[in-house]
Amino acid sequence: MAAEGNAKPAKKLSLKENYALLTRGLGWEPSYEKKEDIFRYIHFEGVKIHDWDKWEDPFRLTMDAYWKYQGEKERKLYAIVDAFQQHNGQFNVTDARYVQALKVFINGITELEYDSHRGFNILAREFPGVGPRIAAQMQSLDELRHATTQIHTISQYAKYFTGMNEFPYQFDRVWYLSIPKSFFEDAVTSGPFEFIVAISFAFEYVLTNLAFMPWMSGAAFNGDMATVSFGFSAQSDEARHMTLGIEVIKFLLEQDPGNVPLVQKWIDKWFWRGYRLLSLLATMMDYMLPKRVMAWNEAWEIYYEQNGGALFADLARYGIKPPKRAPETIAEKGHVAHQMWSVFYANRDAVGFQMWLPSDEEMAWMSEKYPDTFDQYYRPRYEYWKAQEAAGTPFRNTTLPQLCQVCQWPCLFTESGDPTTLSLRESEYRGQTFHMCSDGCKDIFDDTPEKYVHAWLPVHQIYQGNCFLPGVDPTAPDFNPMVEALRYMGIKPGVDGGDFKGSADATNWEKWTSRPANIHEGAYTDAVRDTASPADVGARKAG
Amino acid sequence: MSVEIRTKGVKPLSNSFGHLQRRFGDKPATRYQEATYDIQSTANFHYKPLWDPAREMFDARRTAVMMKDWYQLKDPRQFYYGNYTTTRARQQDAIDRTLDFVEKRDLLRSLSQDIRERIVHTIVPLRHYEWGANTNSAHVSAYGYGTAITSPAMMNTADRLGMAQHISRIGLLVDGNSGDSLLAAQALWTGHADWQPLRREVERMFVTRDWFEVFVAQLLVADALVYPLFFQQIDAAIAGASGSALSSLSDALMRWYEETAKWIDAVIKTAAAESPENKALLSGWTVTWRNRLLPALVPIAQRALGNKAEDALAAAAAALDARAAKLGLTV
Ligand SMILES: [Fe+2]
Ligand SMILES: [Fe+2]
Repeated sequence: MAAEGNAKPAKKLSLKENYALLTRGLGWEPSYEKKEDIFRYIHFEGVKIHDWDKWEDPFRLTMDAYWKYQGEKERKLYAIVDAFQQHNGQFNVTDARYVQALKVFINGITELEYDSHRGFNILAREFPGVGPRIAAQMQSLDELRHATTQIHTISQYAKYFTGMNEFPYQFDRVWYLSIPKSFFEDAVTSGPFEFIVAISFAFEYVLTNLAFMPWMSGAAFNGDMATVSFGFSAQSDEARHMTLGIEVIKFLLEQDPGNVPLVQKWIDKWFWRGYRLLSLLATMMDYMLPKRVMAWNEAWEIYYEQNGGALFADLARYGIKPPKRAPETIAEKGHVAHQMWSVFYANRDAVGFQMWLPSDEEMAWMSEKYPDTFDQYYRPRYEYWKAQEAAGTPFRNTTLPQLCQVCQWPCLFTESGDPTTLSLRESEYRGQTFHMCSDGCKDIFDDTPEKYVHAWLPVHQIYQGNCFLPGVDPTAPDFNPMVEALRYMGIKPGVDGGDFKGSADATNWEKWTSRPANIHEGAYTDAVRDTASPADVGARKAG
Repeated sequence: MSVEIRTKGVKPLSNSFGHLQRRFGDKPATRYQEATYDIQSTANFHYKPLWDPAREMFDARRTAVMMKDWYQLKDPRQFYYGNYTTTRARQQDAIDRTLDFVEKRDLLRSLSQDIRERIVHTIVPLRHYEWGANTNSAHVSAYGYGTAITSPAMMNTADRLGMAQHISRIGLLVDGNSGDSLLAAQALWTGHADWQPLRREVERMFVTRDWFEVFVAQLLVADALVYPLFFQQIDAAIAGASGSALSSLSDALMRWYEETAKWIDAVIKTAAAESPENKALLSGWTVTWRNRLLPALVPIAQRALGNKAEDALAAAAAALDARAAKLGLTV
């Protein structure tokens, strides 16, 4: 019985009211310490926020709801992962080339999830408003989840295939992994507002579908149930993160007109940086998936040109323009995958995954997908390299390439509109010359040279003698800097990278599964007793 | 469709990741180990953080405590995201049944006005203490070094939001979902003399930069005084006057506190055992913050417990001292 004066039944709360009551009033105006001493990082970027309470929390999840919702997803995911491990699901993928794409993923992407967790954690501490703090906390936890679930699923592959066993070590040291590492470190070392525009908006909102859709469909097409499961399980997290991205942009733009040019600058920068990072996917989609989903240029048309076009039309009312260097991405879309694959192939002795030249069947597909570029520029190169392989004198690069000071890709890209001229840019800063791959990267360098001069460029570091294990003597007569640098990077030459044909992965695959390691080339070894053509293999599996 | 494989002769190349093999040998790893050990970047950082240009993005020098191997600070609960969320979800199911029970029977609303006011005055303002703990715990995970400590600190950050919301629900059960108790509690927290000394110390933690000191101040010292004082002693005093309705809700908080203490204790014990310097630092912080927080709790303890306040605080302080000594600290 309710006591006197308290007899009315308790009010029923809507979810929204419940969330507001349980969240909004938690913070308070400090009086014993100065606010700027508590939240120290929100002023130096020049962003003006007049009212943190105008933040519309996009998640509206109380903590208990988060635990239950996410806990349920984890229960389902780990049931699948357990079954995957018990049934040796790693052997259900199309062939052992597919596994090479997973190497790129665990070595290059998983640590980004972790860095993202850290970046949002800093926001969770440093934003003064309760709403944005909670949003950042939940995303920080989600990103920890992504790192964790990727490790737990891919660990099964790592037990049976080479090149995945040292992912945290390699992420910090391998030359091409500085592309993803420097991307995320750039974001986390920025101020909190630049970080959230970079990651929540430019990366998650504008570009994430481009990464997600082809990657997940590629995994599904190629029988990788582990990746499909963690990917789709992460998708509902991503939906929340994308909502956060758009809310952030609107909040910043609505708070003060002075924020518009800052936001625009960050959109221009992070669109370009995100594009350079994600174009790594171009090689995966066009070259590494034995069963392809769509070509990179098609994905770029759908996920950037169409979707991004609509988004930026919508943001025009705030005075926001499409990213400055978007036209270059469109001009390059017929080239990037082929140029990147060529550079990886040429440097295959120094990478942590195995390489191959595209088969006739694959080249026919590329001719069809890239009618304006493939036959003219890239087919002749591959056919020449194939002939060299056949003659027993395969082409290989013995020196490492020049890296871009900003995106850290080798300077391998060509001028927009002139695919026969390498695009090279440079800037002077304090009497030194710095090299960039493109106008997009040069814009970024020139805006903040004092930040980018600190980039840890692996090739420079190797040549300066900074990439050797303790005890190595560079004056010894048999000293070989490339061999020592690979040891430092944790790459086992001839095991982790090199030629796919003849590799431990290819040989073990055929021994263990009796199926060809490369479905387009038939069997490499006589462990595959039935050397049927790829079409027959497909039919047999379906039957 | 599943592909037949020859299982004969299929032996893994290794049983776990290289970094785990080097720590534990080549044997199958647990999910906690896979998700925790050596995950955070340690080398070759690219840029000077604009917010802390003298240090790296991940930098062990953000605390004076030094560890040869930061992965010694393991979590005895072995939480990784999956078992953390499923554990909390299961616990929340039980909490929800209690909340539902209390709500359906109007157990808190039907208490006398005097008791309801006591709950609003002495318990509900702790939602702000928990939000402060959320900030402090986020500081530990944002600037700490090594996944072994920062990952459970992130989970603790989330826990503290959960605790703040649990305490807020107690308020809503008292006020029939009007939210009046929450407004009253905020006014008490920011303006009433009983709460100002504690708020003062919480705000002092907000400007403490060494993340390990924040860990000691909030998670070891403040929680060890606040939880037993409010959710055992004051709770018992209210129960003595009104029955166990409130206790059924504070029980979850005490259980959470006891579970979390296992993690805190493991961290402190290991860090203190590492070196005499660590031991001196941790002991010094424990004493400093105990000496700040104990007097800060006197006014609210007296309000809630009257002449029993002194004994209650002395008991909480003695328990903290004994715990600290057991962990190898000199207090
Ligand atoms: Fe993520
Ligand atoms: Fe570049």
